[in-house]
Amino acid sequence: MALPNHASTLERVWHYAYLVICGLIFLFLIAPILVVIPLSFNIEPYFTFTEKMLKLDPTGYSMRWYDLLLTFGMLEPEAPRDASWWADAWANANWINAAKNSIIIGFFSTIIATGLGTVAALGLSRPEMPYRRAIMATLISPMIVPIIIVATGLFFFYSRIGIQDWGIPYLGVILAHATLGIPFVIITVTATLVGFDHSLTRAAANLGADPVTTFRRVQMPLIMPGVISGALFAFVTSFDEVVVVLFVGGLDEQTIPRQMWNGIREQISPAILSVATILVIVSIVLLTVVELLRRRSERLRGMSPS
Amino acid sequence: MTDATANGKPQMLTTADGKPLKEALNRAQARARRKAFLLVLPLLAFILITFVTPIAQMLHQSVYNEGFVMHEDIGSGERTPIMTNIKTWFDENPAGTEPNEEAFAALHKDFLLLRELRAPGQAGTRVNYERGGSRSMFTKTARRAERMEAPYMEAFLDVDEEWTDPELWRVMRDASSAYTFNFYLAALDRTKNVDGEIVNVDENRQIYVKLFARTLFLSVLITFLTFLLGYPIAHLLATLPLRYSNLLMIFVLLPFWTSLLVRTTSWMVLLQSQGVVNDALVGMGLLGDDNRLQMMYNQIGTVVAMTHILLPFMVLPLYSVMRPINPSYVRAARSLGATSWTAFRRIYFPQTVPGIGAGALLVFILAVGYYITPALVGGADGQLISNLIAFHMQNSLNWSLAAALAALLLAGILILYWLYDRLIGIDNLKLG
Repeated sequence: MALPNHASTLERVWHYAYLVICGLIFLFLIAPILVVIPLSFNIEPYFTFTEKMLKLDPTGYSMRWYDLLLTFGMLEPEAPRDASWWADAWANANWINAAKNSIIIGFFSTIIATGLGTVAALGLSRPEMPYRRAIMATLISPMIVPIIIVATGLFFFYSRIGIQDWGIPYLGVILAHATLGIPFVIITVTATLVGFDHSLTRAAANLGADPVTTFRRVQMPLIMPGVISGALFAFVTSFDEVVVVLFVGGLDEQTIPRQMWNGIREQISPAILSVATILVIVSIVLLTVVELLRRRSERLRGMSPS
Repeated sequence: MTDATANGKPQMLTTADGKPLKEALNRAQARARRKAFLLVLPLLAFILITFVTPIAQMLHQSVYNEGFVMHEDIGSGERTPIMTNIKTWFDENPAGTEPNEEAFAALHKDFLLLRELRAPGQAGTRVNYERGGSRSMFTKTARRAERMEAPYMEAFLDVDEEWTDPELWRVMRDASSAYTFNFYLAALDRTKNVDGEIVNVDENRQIYVKLFARTLFLSVLITFLTFLLGYPIAHLLATLPLRYSNLLMIFVLLPFWTSLLVRTTSWMVLLQSQGVVNDALVGMGLLGDDNRLQMMYNQIGTVVAMTHILLPFMVLPLYSVMRPINPSYVRAARSLGATSWTAFRRIYFPQTVPGIGAGALLVFILAVGYYITPALVGGADGQLISNLIAFHMQNSLNWSLAAALAALLLAGILILYWLYDRLIGIDNLKLG
C-alpha cells in the first residue's frame, strides 16, 4: 500500500482520504460492539454515557447490573453472601438457569452436528461421491433458508409428532440446533480436506493400516483443526439462536438469547448490556481459538502465511 | 476369451483371477461410490427428518386447512368430521346457487354437531380468515342452534341477518374442502369474489405485496451499502502485508463471531433518541436537545443495524477474491499510461466482480429472510416479510397464511440459492 515517490498531489490526497475512509468503516464495524462494555458498568439505569462516566469518576461506575444478573430470580437475594446464598443463586437465578440450558442445548447439538457433519464431509470430499453437488446443496441449505421458515416448519412438525410428550427434555431444540450447525461443520471440515493429499491414506494402507487406523492416525490429526472450528461454529450458532427456541421450546426452556430477547422487548435494562459484555468476551475468546486453529492447520499442511 | 482371440480382436485385459479388467474396475468404482455415499447417508437422513420434512409439512399446511371439515378433540385426540351436511349440499349445487331452506336445514344439523363438540369457534375462525366478523356469527348461531325450529332460513336470519350474504356462502363453499389455494391468494393480496373470480382485495387492505416489495427494496439497499462499505476495506486488507491484514481482519471477524442479539442491542443503545449518537450530536452542538434524530423503530434502524451485521458476509468473499490478484497488472496499466482511476476501473475492478457477485448474493439471501433485527429495531415501517410470518404464527394464529407467505419467501430464496450454486458454487463458501 506504500505510495510511490512519483505519485501526484491528487493521488496523495486520495490515498490518505482512502485510509481515513477505511478507518471510519473499521470504526463502524467495531464501535457498536465495544460501546456496550463501558455502558454495562453504568451506575444509572440509562443507555448512554453520563457526565460522571465521561469524567471517569469512579462513582459513575458500578457492578450493580452484573450483581442483578446473579440475584434476579433468587429466593433470598438480600441474605448474606455465604455458601447458601451461592447455592440459591445457582439453583434459582434466572440468568444462571438460562446459561445452564444454553450450555446443555449447545453441547448436545454440537456433538450431533460435529459427529454427523465430519463423517459426511469425509464422504463428500471423496472424488467418487455421487450426486455430490445436489447433496452438498441440501446439507448447506439450513444456513440459507430463513430461520423463521425453519421455525415455522418445525413448529408444525413437532406438534404433529408430539415431540414434547416423549419425555426427553430439550430434544426438539437440540435437534433443530444441530441441523442449523451442520452447514458450518461441513464447510470448515471440507475446507481442510480440500488440500488433503490422498496418497497419505494410500501410504498408510500400503504399510498395513486398516481403514480405522488410517482414519485415526493419519486423517484425523490433519482435519482436527477444521473439526474443532466447525464445532465452535456449531456451538455459537446454537448459543445465539432464539427464533427456534421461541417457536418450539417449552416455557421452562429459557436460554440466554431467549432471556435477552424478552428483556429487550419488554423492559430493557442495562442488565442486558452486562450480558452482552460477557458474550462479547466469550466471542473474543472463541475468535482467538479459531484463529489459532486456522494457523495450526495451515502449518500442518505446509501452507504457512508468507 | 478364446473366441475374442480367434476373431482377431486384441485380447481382453483381465485381472489376476481372470475377471475382465473393465468389469472389475467398474465394480471397484461402484464400491467406492457406495462407501462415500454411506458416509454421507446418516447426515442426509438426519437433515431429511429434521429439516426437509418440517418444511414439506409447512408447504402442505399452506394449501391445507381442515378447520371447517374436521374437529380434533384436544384431550382425547379423537377426530370427528364436521360440516358434512352442508358439504353435501355444496356438492349437489353449483357455485353461486342462492342458499335455500334445504341448505339452511343442512347447516342447522351441522351447527348442532358443532355445539356438541364445542367447535363453532374453530369452524368460524376458518371462515373468518377470508371474511371478517364470521367467527362471532358462528358462535352466536351455535348458542341458539338447539332452540331453532323450521323454517331454518328465517331462524338463521333471526340470529344474524348476514346469513344470506353471498360472500359468506362463497367462503364456506371454499372452506368445505380442506385443500385450497386461497391462502396463496391472500398472501398476494388477492381474493375470490362471489362468482369465484380472482380479484384484488380492497386498496386499504393490500399489505402483503407492499411488504414483499419493501423487503426486496430494503434488501437491495442493504446489499448495496455493504458493498459500498465492504469494498474499500476488503481492498485495504487484500493489499496490506499479511502481518497487518491479519490484525485488521479481527475488526471484521469479531462482529462475525459476536451474538446477533448483542449487535442488535448495541445498535439500540447507539441509535435511541436518548442514546449515544444523539447525545454526542447534542453534546457537540450539532443538534438541539429538542429535535433529536429518530433513528430507531423505523427503517433507518433496520438498515443501519442490518448493514453492520451483514457486512462481514460481503467483506470475506471480496477479500478471498482480491487477495490473489496480482498487483503487477495494475502496475502494467499505469506504466502504459493509464491514470490510477482508469487502471482501477479497467483492470482491477473487473477482476473483483466474482467476489462482488458472491458477497452480494449471500448478503441479499440473508437479508431477505431476516427476522430478529427488524423485529427489535424496525418499529412499524421497518418490518420485513419474516416478521409478518411470525405475526401470523404467534398473534393472529392464521397458520395457513403464515405458511403460504413462508412458501413464497422460500421459493424466492431457493431460486437465489440455486443461482449462487450455479455462479459461485457452494464449495467456495468460506467462513473466516
